[in-house]
Amino acid sequence: MNYYIMNEYDVIVVGAGHAGCEAGLACARMGQKTLMLSINLEAVAMMACNPSIGGSGKGHLVREIDALGGQMGINIDKTFIQSKMLNTAKGPAVHSLRVQADKARYHEEMKKTIEGQENLHLKQGEAVDLIVEENQVKGVVLKTGSAYKAKAVILATGTFLKGKIFIGEWIYESGPNGLAPSTELGDNLRKYGLAMRRFKTGTPARALGKSMHFEKMQEQKGDDEIVPFSFMNDELDKEQVSCWLTYTNEETHKVIRENFLRSALFGGKIEGVGPRYCPSIEDKINRFADKERHQLFIEPEGLYTDEMYIQGMSSSLPEDVQEAFYKTIPGLENLEIVRPAYAIEYDCIDPLDLQINLEHRRIKNLFCAGQFNGSSGYEEAAAQGLIAGINAVLKIMEKEPFILNRSEAYIGVLIDDLITKGTNEPYRIMTSRAEYRLLLRQDNADLRLTQRAYDIGLVSEERYQRFIKTKMDAENEKQRLASIEVLPSVINCFLEKHNSAPLQNRISLAELLKRPEITYEILAEIDPDRPKLSRHSITQLEVQIKYDGYIVKQRQQVERFKKLETKKLAQDFDYSKLDGLRIEAQQKLNQIKPLSVGQASRISGVSPADINVLLVHLEKMRRKK
Amino acid sequence: MEDTIAAIATAFGEGGIGIIRMSGEKSKDILDQIFTPINKKNLQNQPIVNRRLTYGNVIDPNTNQIIDEVMAVFMKAPYTYTMEDVAEIHCHGSSVSLQKTLALVLRCGARLAEKGEFTKRAFLNGRLDLSQAEAVIDLIKAKTEKSFQLALSQMEGNLSKKIKEIRAELMDLLVQIAVNLDYPDEDIEELTYEKQKESLLLIGDKIDKLIASANTGRMLRDGISVTIIGKPNVGKSSLMNAFLKESRAIVTEIPGTTRDIIEESMSIRGIPIKLTDTAGIHETNDVIEQIGIEKSKQSFNQADLIIFMLDANRPLSKEDMEIAEYIGEKNTIVLLNKTDLDVCISIDEIKKFLPNAIVLFTSMVNETGLDKLESEIEKMVYGGNLVQKESMMITNVRHKELLMQARLSINDALEMTNRMEAMDFIEVDIKRAWELLGEMIGETVSEDIVSEVFSRFCLGK
Repeated sequence: MNYYIMNEYDVIVVGAGHAGCEAGLACARMGQKTLMLSINLEAVAMMACNPSIGGSGKGHLVREIDALGGQMGINIDKTFIQSKMLNTAKGPAVHSLRVQADKARYHEEMKKTIEGQENLHLKQGEAVDLIVEENQVKGVVLKTGSAYKAKAVILATGTFLKGKIFIGEWIYESGPNGLAPSTELGDNLRKYGLAMRRFKTGTPARALGKSMHFEKMQEQKGDDEIVPFSFMNDELDKEQVSCWLTYTNEETHKVIRENFLRSALFGGKIEGVGPRYCPSIEDKINRFADKERHQLFIEPEGLYTDEMYIQGMSSSLPEDVQEAFYKTIPGLENLEIVRPAYAIEYDCIDPLDLQINLEHRRIKNLFCAGQFNGSSGYEEAAAQGLIAGINAVLKIMEKEPFILNRSEAYIGVLIDDLITKGTNEPYRIMTSRAEYRLLLRQDNADLRLTQRAYDIGLVSEERYQRFIKTKMDAENEKQRLASIEVLPSVINCFLEKHNSAPLQNRISLAELLKRPEITYEILAEIDPDRPKLSRHSITQLEVQIKYDGYIVKQRQQVERFKKLETKKLAQDFDYSKLDGLRIEAQQKLNQIKPLSVGQASRISGVSPADINVLLVHLEKMRRKK
Repeated sequence: MEDTIAAIATAFGEGGIGIIRMSGEKSKDILDQIFTPINKKNLQNQPIVNRRLTYGNVIDPNTNQIIDEVMAVFMKAPYTYTMEDVAEIHCHGSSVSLQKTLALVLRCGARLAEKGEFTKRAFLNGRLDLSQAEAVIDLIKAKTEKSFQLALSQMEGNLSKKIKEIRAELMDLLVQIAVNLDYPDEDIEELTYEKQKESLLLIGDKIDKLIASANTGRMLRDGISVTIIGKPNVGKSSLMNAFLKESRAIVTEIPGTTRDIIEESMSIRGIPIKLTDTAGIHETNDVIEQIGIEKSKQSFNQADLIIFMLDANRPLSKEDMEIAEYIGEKNTIVLLNKTDLDVCISIDEIKKFLPNAIVLFTSMVNETGLDKLESEIEKMVYGGNLVQKESMMITNVRHKELLMQARLSINDALEMTNRMEAMDFIEVDIKRAWELLGEMIGETVSEDIVSEVFSRFCLGK
């Protein structure tokens, strides 16, 4: 291919979606001269599907990204229009923050941040090829013939790569949201030996609010008290908008059933694998035939548009069928659709081809992130983008990679799952995927991660000082509460008022706080001289005191887990030479090259017997030294 | 850090002493807790000296009761078999004092060792040489095939079926919890505390039943049921009476038919035994006799142990063969009685039909062979060789230990459910129970197989 070199960078990020933005910002903030390419600058931090950020597991990821010095939390705090803490009736480990974004504002705010970031250069341009020499990436070639050299490249192509849209029988090449697809890069990546495959995802229709009858739906308001995503914000207050809940009915299902054959999904035209957890409405009706109704949420796309997102109703049926079935739903009888629902299929890689630092096994200094790795979701993408960015920089600087393990962060669970177990559908994080959920809470993401990110130079001094103060405040206050004892005669009246059992003996305030019905706030009544603390410090100390027993239990589990994780395996070892391993295990181990016996034990196709062979082998090696 | 393991290191029911061995960091600490040296010269208790066999008592620290008079030795790492701290307590050979001491050791913080775990640690800590390591790999290879064969055997099959059932129920709960936690907004049924409690109680019961079927414990508590079978006049009543002579028995006549079965409770060498004399199991047209035979069959089917009596003086008859066939795989002691007369049946002859049976010679008239019979019964009970009634499936101490741990986790989960604590906390214990049961049948990734392997390695030593 003909091209000319325009400029040289330390890192080039291909794609400016949620993964690309975090990757680019991380590299620039760690002092690397970074180029960010996007096929269209309107696609920077574009929320191509639902207008919300966070939720179970995903909210945890955003917190972790923020604790590591990423941008997603700060950006959404500035641009959300409704905020809700989910699962509050459950334990603190699964409390999940989810907010509705103003999509346009989210995009603008992120774009502004990127434009203002020192070392970071955003350019509209379509990457069509890589420059690869001796299995090492050296740069990126654009469609215009210009090329840029780089020490590392991060691929975060989302759903653009060979994107194909399906609306019933109509199929055409396209990126998301009507943007141009990237047609050449995919083929060129195959040329370099990257194994590509097809995944699919879908999105529902957007329709105008003025055509909807909200009086027939249930209003879903935001929380009165807003908890921010970013640890940099303690309090936020803003006007919130509502979402609306309504349901499908037998008539809806009838229309869909009668048109099954016209759907791209059942017509056999889609080869890509879609996610089980996010099925299209026709898929739901097909698989759960007994279910009389399915719920859907109407969610505003922003403050300066009347467009509404119809959550729960993605579809690949043709437009006439879409129009017909949406209109059977109470409140949507006169629906005016402005963008039809569609399914999109795209190229991605098998994440088993990645190393734990998100670098590709076959091409050195090529890092990969986001939907390109087989994941789904803005938050999952952003998390990988951040880690890929960090590791690209560390690789250039010839430093140890930045690895979060499964007991440290959801990000660790996400990446370990992807690169160790692989995935057969677009991967979504869930709190159930984490073994040590009680430790990986959203309230302690900063305690888990901020120090680590500070050590590699990603966290600003301001954030670090704030983190230290929160931590110290919580610690000091915990000690103070433990040192103040109260007498039964003085507080039994107070306890009665709060439906709490009376005391027989004196007890410390910390002990009292362990009771489920007593909160730190309630205690204020009998503890007038307390210091003024941030909301976040209070949450931290409250969770630490109340759930101490469980947390200790889980820490012990982590200790057990770490035993196998600390048994390291060499990266250059040829497992086919190891007698006693089954062939399948040899192949899998050679493909994945696990870092530790612990990681090896999570690979499907590696049996406990194989693990034992590995243990024996390690022992032999140790003895030979 | 490895946990501290303990086990009875000597064979069951043999020898004048029995040794309890511990390995791991806590060995010394546990020994200090339960062992008090007795020094004649100096009444002050002496500290235990490394590698010196010390005389003293095992004392339960809670009750201050002396369990046994023992010799104990502590051996400091790394110059020990496992290359960890090792302690040994040499008890009297009786099963009871050994069991009690072991229970005490476990209570003080040790975990019951899996089969071959001492050897496994010895290996992983670098004690065995390279050629042995190679042999270990071969064993692992052989073991995968072997475990497959084991799974085919009925007992293992039944057990793993039960465990799989329980695990499926736990999994069902876990899935429901996961859905509730991860999809708070979805239109799915909320898992209520009542429903969760109901499931947990059911699961707990099932685990309890399995634990109850674990042999030695249950046998020592509830006794074992022994059924005597044989043709008329081979000496069944005499055997019953002989046992009765040594034991204060309560005779229970089960009324209702002319051909009653007789059931007596007694204690042989401290083991409670329910002994049943049957009416025979032959085919008959007599309606009343049929009722008696039904009862006999019932008692026979529920028995832990069958004593099949034969007249050694007469060749095997068709009826004897029928009985032998009916016995099949059950635990059986064959008594060739009337050795005071001429013996015309050989052990080999019996083994042809009942290859696994223990064959003993007795004479009720001369009162010979009874001692041997009693000691065989004792050995079977303590050796864990008795296959139990239909529910009996746990023969392995490790299985029992895992079941107990799973039960504790279920208890914790239940307690939290009663207190209506958050699902995500309860989930931790339910998941733990699920993992523990998985370890029993090798469905969670753990070092399960390697343990089995090393137990074979140990045997070959």
